[in-house]
Amino acid sequence: MADAGRPAGCALVTGASRGIGAAIARGLAEDGWAVGVNYRSDSDGAEAVVGQLEEGGGQALALQADVSDPGAADALFPPLEERFGPVLVLVNNAGMRVDGLAPQMEDDAWDKVLETNLTAPFRITRRALKGMMKARFGRIVNIASIVGQRANPGQANYAASKAGLIAFTSTVAAEVARRSVTVNSVAPGLVDTELTEGIGDELLRAIPARRAGTPEEIAACVRFLASEAASYVNGTTLTVDGGMTA
Amino acid sequence: MATANKDQIEERVTEALVSFGADKDQVKREADWESLDVDSLDLVELSQIVEEEYGVQMKEEDMKEIKTVGDSIDFIAERAKS
Repeated sequence: MADAGRPAGCALVTGASRGIGAAIARGLAEDGWAVGVNYRSDSDGAEAVVGQLEEGGGQALALQADVSDPGAADALFPPLEERFGPVLVLVNNAGMRVDGLAPQMEDDAWDKVLETNLTAPFRITRRALKGMMKARFGRIVNIASIVGQRANPGQANYAASKAGLIAFTSTVAAEVARRSVTVNSVAPGLVDTELTEGIGDELLRAIPARRAGTPEEIAACVRFLASEAASYVNGTTLTVDGGMTA
Repeated sequence: MATANKDQIEERVTEALVSFGADKDQVKREADWESLDVDSLDLVELSQIVEEEYGVQMKEEDMKEIKTVGDSIDFIAERAKS
């Protein structure tokens, strides 16, 4: 259901052609947002998501951009703003893993992961804040990870990127709070997506819920943080992990 | 993009500062940011407005030299001409 009284605008979800991003896009569309569905290479997936949203009576636009490209914001925002108005909900979801133990990790594996998971959210957030500050309304939700909060050997680069994203979240939140813009993170545990393939079995035993989460369970939290109801939730990280870090 | 004379720029800057919470009666050329309770976030937003409407970039290093309302108006007017 659409929130009453919120300014006109749209949502942008990065990495939304599948998995958690697609579920978030579907959820925000259900909440009445026109949604920009960003993808890097999976145009079929993105178009399928757009098709689902439109079939459900929503509005959506597929937007190709590699978020790690410094010019990505210029590719993402103008088409959305022209068609749907300012981006008032931004979900920095696009992420990648290149796992390996730190003693053997190549610079390239470090750089790629930090660029995609941390630098890109910074650049896209910076661009989004212009419209949000002007509108005196904005919701930014960064998809972090419990790996940003606790050790997970083999993921030093991913962990550093997600820990950085959590710190980035709280700092930017404090900077822009008085413009009625909120910036929060969601830190999923193990979620059943392509990104987590191959690491599930070992971790399942450590999860009190004894199962992986679903993309829809992550999306539900993002929908709350993006809603007007969450207007006083700012700078925090919502852990969604089936009790794994409890 | 708006072409700008100094009076129009003054009017727009005043409007922006008032929208940030400054008291309109206090917004005078000689007023400094502190006296108007204009903080760094307000100045970021002012620079966004100025870039969008006049095509003038007020970068962080420029802002260090812009300490009063009058400084900002003069800076924008000068750069908008060139």
